[in-house]
Amino acid sequence: MGAFLVRRLVGLVLVIAAVSFVSYALIGLMPGDPIDVMVSSNPDLTPADAERLRQRYGLDRPLLTRYLRWAGDVLAGDFGFSRTYRVPVWDILLPRLGNTMVLLGASFLLSLAIAIPAGVLVATRPGGPVDYGVNLLCFAGVSTPSFWLGLLLMYAFSVNLQWLPPNGGGSVARDGFFGWLSYQVLPVTALTVASLAVYIRHVRAAMGEALAQDFVRTARAKGASRRRVVYHHALRNAMIPVVTVIALDFGTLFSGALVVEQVFSYPGMGVTIYDAIIGNDYNLALAALLLATFAILLANLLADLAYAWLDPRVRLH
Amino acid sequence: MTVAVAPVPPLPGRPRGAIGRFVRHVPALVSLIVILALVAGAVFAPAVASLLGIDPLAEDLFNQYQPPSAAHWLGTDALGRDVLVRLLYAGRVSLLVGFAGALIASLIGTLVGIAAGYYGGRVDAVLMRITDAAIALPVLPLLIILAAVDLGKIGLPESFVRSGQAGVWRIVVIVALFGWTTAARLVRASALAVREREFVRAARALGASDLRIMATHILPNILSPLVVATTLAVGSVVLVESVLSYLGLGINPPTPSWGGMLQNAQQTVSRAPWLAIFPGIAIFATVLAFNFLGDGLQDALNPRRTRR
Repeated sequence: MGAFLVRRLVGLVLVIAAVSFVSYALIGLMPGDPIDVMVSSNPDLTPADAERLRQRYGLDRPLLTRYLRWAGDVLAGDFGFSRTYRVPVWDILLPRLGNTMVLLGASFLLSLAIAIPAGVLVATRPGGPVDYGVNLLCFAGVSTPSFWLGLLLMYAFSVNLQWLPPNGGGSVARDGFFGWLSYQVLPVTALTVASLAVYIRHVRAAMGEALAQDFVRTARAKGASRRRVVYHHALRNAMIPVVTVIALDFGTLFSGALVVEQVFSYPGMGVTIYDAIIGNDYNLALAALLLATFAILLANLLADLAYAWLDPRVRLH
Repeated sequence: MTVAVAPVPPLPGRPRGAIGRFVRHVPALVSLIVILALVAGAVFAPAVASLLGIDPLAEDLFNQYQPPSAAHWLGTDALGRDVLVRLLYAGRVSLLVGFAGALIASLIGTLVGIAAGYYGGRVDAVLMRITDAAIALPVLPLLIILAAVDLGKIGLPESFVRSGQAGVWRIVVIVALFGWTTAARLVRASALAVREREFVRAARALGASDLRIMATHILPNILSPLVVATTLAVGSVVLVESVLSYLGLGINPPTPSWGGMLQNAQQTVSRAPWLAIFPGIAIFATVLAFNFLGDGLQDALNPRRTRR
């Protein structure tokens, strides 16, 4: 267990190092560099000034040197300043990360709360009309672009019915708890549909397999009630693979959140990363990207730990 | 001694075998028709446009935001362009990206998967580690960065960078870079299973080279899962392209793609909802059709699969 954790953590650090280097290199390949931006906003700068600035900021050094210097700063806890907001990157990222986590958490819990009973329902009635209907709905769910669903929801509930705010993230201080909640409804719904469909498929497949196992037949034979067989014997075993796939799917959910945020101008990580990249805000973009990578890798690691915890037969080594 | 056994005549109207199983999968059959219709619409877009006498790029600022009418069946957009004709033209781009992206992703995945599964051991371990790492990456943020890279800075000629073609092929490469992992895992699993079969060992005993065994003995035996995976990949590539183009990072205007037509739709949805609705329906229908088609092919090519 200890050795497993150490190895996984080493792997995590390696992947983060690789991602950070690749992102650093790619960001350098985007149109314009920080000096170009300064030149375009200040007509008094001569080309000689620009060259001096380039030297001053070390932009004339080779890529690897620049990367290592940046990485050194980051390891010392200094992510630098955001160019657009003129405050430390961290001050921008933390509240936005919180907002995205609200979106992700709510959508994740909602998906699970619906997917588990729905998956159990169809797995216990295979081949019936309910199974067929849910299957069709799942196909529709995974085929719907979440940003388009967001647009439709916005049109229906914000423009037509005017029940819910069309954009923004709300704030408890300004809008009160329920006012804040009303900002979350549409983004969370748009995000939930796609993951819900995927989760139902996983639960149904795992339940179908679990129900065909010998121990389930034994439980039936010894006279356990139908309810007990389904929930106590089958579901508990079915949840083991489900937890793993769902946690591995966290990256997809995260990506979905980034897009949905864009539709609703929701002040989260997605809007931040997007604006930072478009606005040549390098420090902010890199920090946000690293944070996103870290969150996804951490979720994967937790999935493996949960797997071992749920299934005592699994030994991590 | 031979016993003459009269062959059982197939039931009339019920073709058997893979095609029969496919035809009985109603959603897949309908999907195939939908896909053919979408492809036809894309292929014949110029013909339809000239038939209707509409130029997809012609701006008509006196006819902005016209709701669907007899003259413009699906309305007009912010620049007064006909939405229907633009949808057909956008289909050319979105479907091309879908097919090309899925094929390239499957090709990369097949090469990686076959090498990992056939050689096993250290090759397998390294390749699968890379695959695992690729799966764990935060796909969308990286896609956004890749889509924002200035192609001129990596040494491509200026004339190519400025053309609409560059945007299309950039997206194809990007989605393929992230889409190959599914095929790689699938092919590896199948190759692992096939490589211990007798005919592979026989071929090896006869002195066939590794390359020959992979090409002539292993590849044909993993073709059906690969076909299914590629079909499903077309749908997901279309979805990814729509997201990137929606964010303004995919295909550059004025070349339309379905996702690109939805760009900024959240700002116009109150006055021109049709601009948000129709391109989305095209994406949804395409992705759904390829998902059903993949499911139908799965049933048809692999009848032993347990029906769920």
